[in-house]
Amino acid sequence: MPIFIDRRLNPKDKSLGNRQRFIRRAHNELKQSIRDRIRAGRIADVDAEHAVSMPVKGTSEPSFSDARDSGRRRHVLPGNKHFTPGDRLPRPAPGMPGSGPGLKDQEDDFRFVLSREEVLDLFFEDLELPDMVKVNLKEILAFKPRRAGFTTTGSPTSINVGRTMRNSHGRRIALRRPKREDLDAIAREIAVLENDAPSAAARERIAALRAELERLERRRRLIAYVDPVDIRYNRFDAQPVPNANAVMFCLMDVSGSMGEREKDMAKRFFVLLHLFLKRRYDATEIVFIRHTHQAQEVDEETFFYCPQSGGTVVSTALEEMRRIIEERYPSSEWNIYAAQASDGDNFATDSERCIALLDGEIMRLCQYFAYVEIIDERESHIFGSTKNGTSLWHAYETVCAHWPNFQMRRIATPADIYSVFRQLFTRRAGAPNG
Amino acid sequence: MARFAAGSGLLFSGSDWDFQMLSRAYDAIEAIAVEDLHLDVYPVQMEIISSEQMLDAYSSVGMPLMYRHWSFGKHFLYQQLLYHKGGRGLAYELVINSNPCIVYLMEENTMALQALVTAHAALGHNHFFKNNQLFRQWADAGSILSYLDFAKGYIARCEERHGLAAVEAILDAAHALMEQGVFRYRRPPKLSPEKQKEGVRERLEYEERSYNDLWRTLPAQSKDGQRDKSKPEDGAAERKASLNLPEENLLYFLEKNSLVLEPWQREILRIVRIIAQYFYPQRQTQVMNEGCATFVHYTLMNTLFDRGMIGEGSMLEILKNHSNVIFQPAFDDPRFSGINPYALGLDMMQDIQRMATEPTAEDRDWFPGIAGSGDWREILLDAWANHRDESFIRQYLSPALIRKWRLFVLADTASEPHYEVASIHNERGYEKIRSALADSYDIGANRPDIQVVDVDLLGDRQLRLQHKVKDGIVLEDAGRDATLRHIRRLWGYDVSLVGVDAETGAILYERNAHPEG
Repeated sequence: MPIFIDRRLNPKDKSLGNRQRFIRRAHNELKQSIRDRIRAGRIADVDAEHAVSMPVKGTSEPSFSDARDSGRRRHVLPGNKHFTPGDRLPRPAPGMPGSGPGLKDQEDDFRFVLSREEVLDLFFEDLELPDMVKVNLKEILAFKPRRAGFTTTGSPTSINVGRTMRNSHGRRIALRRPKREDLDAIAREIAVLENDAPSAAARERIAALRAELERLERRRRLIAYVDPVDIRYNRFDAQPVPNANAVMFCLMDVSGSMGEREKDMAKRFFVLLHLFLKRRYDATEIVFIRHTHQAQEVDEETFFYCPQSGGTVVSTALEEMRRIIEERYPSSEWNIYAAQASDGDNFATDSERCIALLDGEIMRLCQYFAYVEIIDERESHIFGSTKNGTSLWHAYETVCAHWPNFQMRRIATPADIYSVFRQLFTRRAGAPNG
Repeated sequence: MARFAAGSGLLFSGSDWDFQMLSRAYDAIEAIAVEDLHLDVYPVQMEIISSEQMLDAYSSVGMPLMYRHWSFGKHFLYQQLLYHKGGRGLAYELVINSNPCIVYLMEENTMALQALVTAHAALGHNHFFKNNQLFRQWADAGSILSYLDFAKGYIARCEERHGLAAVEAILDAAHALMEQGVFRYRRPPKLSPEKQKEGVRERLEYEERSYNDLWRTLPAQSKDGQRDKSKPEDGAAERKASLNLPEENLLYFLEKNSLVLEPWQREILRIVRIIAQYFYPQRQTQVMNEGCATFVHYTLMNTLFDRGMIGEGSMLEILKNHSNVIFQPAFDDPRFSGINPYALGLDMMQDIQRMATEPTAEDRDWFPGIAGSGDWREILLDAWANHRDESFIRQYLSPALIRKWRLFVLADTASEPHYEVASIHNERGYEKIRSALADSYDIGANRPDIQVVDVDLLGDRQLRLQHKVKDGIVLEDAGRDATLRHIRRLWGYDVSLVGVDAETGAILYERNAHPEG
C-alpha cells in the first residue's frame, strides 16, 4: 500500500522566482527588443502581451562541448533500406532535417511571452514626466480635510449623532432620569385605583402615587434627554496634500493638411503617451483636444479613431486648453502638461496669436509643453537644421527661447517616434530643469 | 462481454480514478511484480499533481525541490512553450530516485493510464533505482531530498547575505562546469583533512617502528619501486602528487584548491557538484532504465489482462499509449530525433526473453549462456542490477535485433564532403554495429576529457588544463572560451587549456583565459 499525497492544492507558480531571475538577467536585451518592435510601428501593441525571442547575450549557458564540424564519428541509425557498406551519402546542408544523427532541440532558438506588465515595465523604464517631483516638494497648496477625532464645539452640520447620543445615554443612566415606562406604570396604577371603589387606603395610595408622578416628571424636565454637554462634533484637520495631481492635454491637428500618414504618426505618438501615463502615473487625467479651424474636447475613442477634416487654426486648440484649465484644472492644484502634434501648417496670422497665448498664459500654467511636428520624409533633410521650418515651427521657436519647459521635436518616420518620445520624457537625473 | 459480466475481477472500469482505485491497482500490480518478476522495490509515495506543477518539476531538472536560478526560468519558458503549442505532451509521470520512491501522477490521466504509470514508474523504475549497481554506488537515494532542501535553503540564505548577483555569478560558473563536475572512475575521497593527516602520521610511525637498518644494505636495483616514492626526483611530480593531479573533476578541484573562493562559494560549488554526481548514473542508464520500466509495465499489464483484472477497453488504451511511447521512426523520417531509449531498451529485453524461451541456431552461437535457458527473469534481473547502457548493449544486442531495427553505421569525417556507410546488418557488420552503438552510449568516453594536469601554487599559480582530443573532435570555440572565463573567475589566476591528441600526444591548440578588462 503506497502513500498517497494530493499535491494539486499546493501553491502554484513554484518557478516564478526563476522567471523573475531570468527576466532580470535578460533585462537589457528584452528592453531593446521591445523597443525595436515598437519603433517598427506597432505602437498600440505596447499595451499587450508580447512574444519575444530568446535573448542570446547573457542567457547562454556555456559548457565544454564538442564542435560538430570536427573529427571522426560513427553514428548508428535505424531504418536502413538500401545501403550497403561503402555507399556514400552527401552531407546535407547544416540545419536541414536529417542533417545528422543526434539532432538536438535548439533550446536557445525560441520565443516566449512576456506579460503586459512586464512589457510596459521594460518599455517605460527610466522615463518620467519632467518636474513632477519639484512641484510636489515646493508647492504644497492643496489641503484636504481629514478626520481628527471629536470636539465639543463646531458647526451644527458636523454634529456626530452617534457619539452625542452615546454621551446622552450615559448621562441619563448616571443621573437616573426617570423612564417613560415608569411614569406610564404609575399613571396606569392611579387609573386602576380611581376606577375601583374608593377607600381611605386607596385614596392615600393615589395621593402618594400622584406625588411620586409629579416628582418624576419634574425630574424628567430637569434632566434633559439631550443636554448641550452631550453634543460632540466631528473634528477635521486641514491636512496639506502633496500636489501630485497631473493632467495631460493632448492637442492634435486633424485638419485637411494632415494626410493619413501624418495623422497616423501623431496618433502613434499619443498612443505612446497615453500608455506611458496610464502605466506610470495612476492618477493622471488626460484631456484630448483635436482641432481643425475649431477645437473641441473629445473622448479617447473619438480622438484616436474618428475622422474629421477642415482648415487649420492652431490657436483654437490653445484657447480650448486654456478654457478647460480655467474651468477644471486650477494650476494651483494641478500639474499641467501638454503635448501637441501638428504638421506645422497654420492659418496665416494665427501663429502670432499662438505665441501670444503661450507666452501670455499657457506657459505660465504649464509644467511642460512638448510640441511634435510631423514632417514629410522627403523634407526631413531640408528641415535638418532648425533654422528652416513651417510657420508654426518658427513661431514656437520664439516661445522655446523664452521658456525652458517648452520642448519641440520633429518626426519624419515612424522610427523617429519612439526616440523623440524618449528625448521628450527621459528622466533628468537631478537636473533642476529640462 | 463475459469478462465484464464477471465484473468482480476488474480492478477498475471507466476512466475516472479515485484514491481507493489507485491503491487497489497498486496492490494488485505490486503483487504480480513481486511474485512473477521478482522485483524488489523501495516503498512508494505517489503524489498527484496538476499539469502546471509538472511543468514546474520539468524546469527544476525533475526534482521537487531546487534552488533558484535564472536558467531554470529559461527552461521553464521553453517547456511551457512546447506544451502550449502542443508540440510536446507532458510526461504522464515523473519518478524520483529517492527512498521512499516518489512518483508523480498527473491528475489528467485516466485510470487506465494511472495503472500503466504505476507499473512503469512505481515498479519498473523503482526496481531499477534500488537494484542497479550504479545507483547503489553513486546516488544516495535516502538523503537526496533532504540534501536538496538544504541546498535550496543554503543558496537562498547566500542570496540574502551576499546578494543575488554574487550568488548568480558562482552558480553560472558552476553550471558551466557541471559536465566536468563528476567523478567518472572513482568515488570522491571520503577522508577529511584531519583523518588524512592522521593516516600519514600513523604510516610514519609504523615505518619508524619497523625500521630495520639491514634493508639498507641490500643491493640498490631491488629497491627500484620504492625509490620513486621515497626520493621524488622532480618538484613537479611532488606537487602534482600533493594535489592529487591529474584531476578530472574540475568542480571538485576548484572547490578544494581555489585560492580566491569564500567558504560559501565553495559550498555552492559543492552543491552543484553533488547534484551533478547524483544525476550521473541516470545519464548512463537511460536505455536500461526506460527499457526496464517499459518491459515491466508491458509484462505486468498483459498479466493483469490475462487474469481478467483489466477490461478490454482499458487494455486498448494502455496499448495505444504503450505503442506511442515505443515508437521509433527510421533515420530518414522527419520525426527522427535519435534512437528512442524506450524502444531500444524494451526490444532488447524482449529479445532476451525470446532467446531464453525460443532460441534460434544463431542465438545459440551468439549467446550460448542465454539461448534456451528459459530463465529470462533471472537474466533480466541480473542485467538490470549490473549493467549500464554501454555494457548492456555491448553484451546483449543480438543480430536478430540488429536486423529487425535495420541498424547501420554511418562514418562521419568532418573533413569529407560525404558520409560513408561503414557497416550494415550483415554477418560482417553485427559486431561493428553493436560496438559502435555501445560506444555511443558511453557517456564518460563521449564527454570531452578535460583534466587539471598541473598548477604551481607557489609560483605563477596558473591552472593548466589538458583536453585529450579523441578522434580529432575539438571543442566548440564559443562555449570553450566562455567556460574558460568561468573557470578563471573561480580560480582567480590565469587558466590555460591545451588540446592534446589522445593518440599521438601532439598539441593541437592552446587557449588562455586572462584577467578580464
